[in-house]
Amino acid sequence: MTRTQRWDAIVIGAGIVGAACARALAMDGLAVLVLESGFTGGSTTAAAMGHLVAMDDSPAQLALTALSLALWRDLAVELPAAVEYDACGTLWIAEDDAQMEMVRLKQQTYRDAGIACEQVLGAAALSALEPNLRSGLAGALLVPGDGVIYPPSAAVWLLAQAMARGCVVRERCRVDEIADQSVRCGDEWLHAHVIVNAAGGGAVALTPSLPIVPRKGHLAITDRYPGFVRHQLVELGYLASAHEMSSESVAFNVQPRATGQVLIGSSRELVGWDASTNRRVLREMLDRAQRFMPALRDTSIVRTWRGFRPATVDKLPLIGRWEPTAGVWIAAGHEGLGITTSLGTARLIADMVMGRTPAFDVSAFAPNRALPAAEVAA
Amino acid sequence: MSATGALVTMAIDGREVRVSAGISVAAAMLDAGVIAFRRSVNGSDRGPLCGMGVCYECRVTIDDVAHRRACLVMVADGLRVSTHACRPERSEGPA
Repeated sequence: MTRTQRWDAIVIGAGIVGAACARALAMDGLAVLVLESGFTGGSTTAAAMGHLVAMDDSPAQLALTALSLALWRDLAVELPAAVEYDACGTLWIAEDDAQMEMVRLKQQTYRDAGIACEQVLGAAALSALEPNLRSGLAGALLVPGDGVIYPPSAAVWLLAQAMARGCVVRERCRVDEIADQSVRCGDEWLHAHVIVNAAGGGAVALTPSLPIVPRKGHLAITDRYPGFVRHQLVELGYLASAHEMSSESVAFNVQPRATGQVLIGSSRELVGWDASTNRRVLREMLDRAQRFMPALRDTSIVRTWRGFRPATVDKLPLIGRWEPTAGVWIAAGHEGLGITTSLGTARLIADMVMGRTPAFDVSAFAPNRALPAAEVAA
Repeated sequence: MSATGALVTMAIDGREVRVSAGISVAAAMLDAGVIAFRRSVNGSDRGPLCGMGVCYECRVTIDDVAHRRACLVMVADGLRVSTHACRPERSEGPA
């Protein structure tokens, strides 16, 4: 019989969200245990691009990303070089006049929310900033407060911060079951006042009624071409690709890495947990990228991979108490924004757990909120 | 190597060298005493290992095209090789 210790909090999952939650709770003085089925930053987090981005799909999403970006900027000076924090900014690229109008609306939305925006760039200014973009684009919005990190290293660092405050981490420890203020790993029951399910794509296996669906994505990375791209580049059409729960879509989304490599996305598919490479979608994604950056044709791609975004129908993560099970909290379902919103999620979780009033209304993130039917557009 | 004994002139990092026609750029560079073809992302020197296009350790910039495998390109008159053009701006990160 294992002698059981009662922890203040058990965090399930050492991805970037779990690591951030463990850090925030440990900084509030709680005795935290982290249980990770694989290794730190190794699953959903490792498949991510690492774009720190303000997004305005809904007021709640904008509030959470804005809070998170402010927290990342506060941390920037502390981050070790391995996290590869680069305040490169995002360029939202408009192909035509209609998208330029969307760019201006986006600029107004961001400014109203206190997010710094440059003037809308015309074609010539955009070409000067990113010479490898094709000619004939209409313009872009530069959001200078956005950035890029290397997500696995960020998860490792956040968890190290927690461990420096007494947090204990068990890797290769799979949680099989969550019950009232307790979790079971094999034959062992562990107890805590607070259980945080931050298991990314695995969260729904532990809390089966969570409304999370896997949204598969492909990424490709080139060899090193320093200076090839300088900002995170995203086409305006990405917003529609991310927003609509269509069964399949691709969008132009490239990112400069600290190594000089170019990271190329993005694709979205609803195919369950089928982890195989979809060569057709990968091809369409790369074709889309080459349409915006023709010089990508002359670069070498050294690796492609796939991962699953833990998505919800209303595009908002699940952050808050899970009423059916005593002591259980959810920090999952971040789809493609988990890297950005890990810090904001952790702040909200810590505020709620500690009985503080969060910085803004969090009801939009309630894990048991009513969700629209998961209708999938063809 | 060349049956005719013919020579061509190529440039390695701006230095002109006369090399046998009909050999690979990698062979010509090794003949010229160059063993550091590129820098890894961690900043260490790298050079050819397999010599048959598999290991990618011999990547150099040839005539302004980055990341060409020196072992798979034949020397030619006027060919220009750079071993440093693809050095990363920063030296941290994954290999």
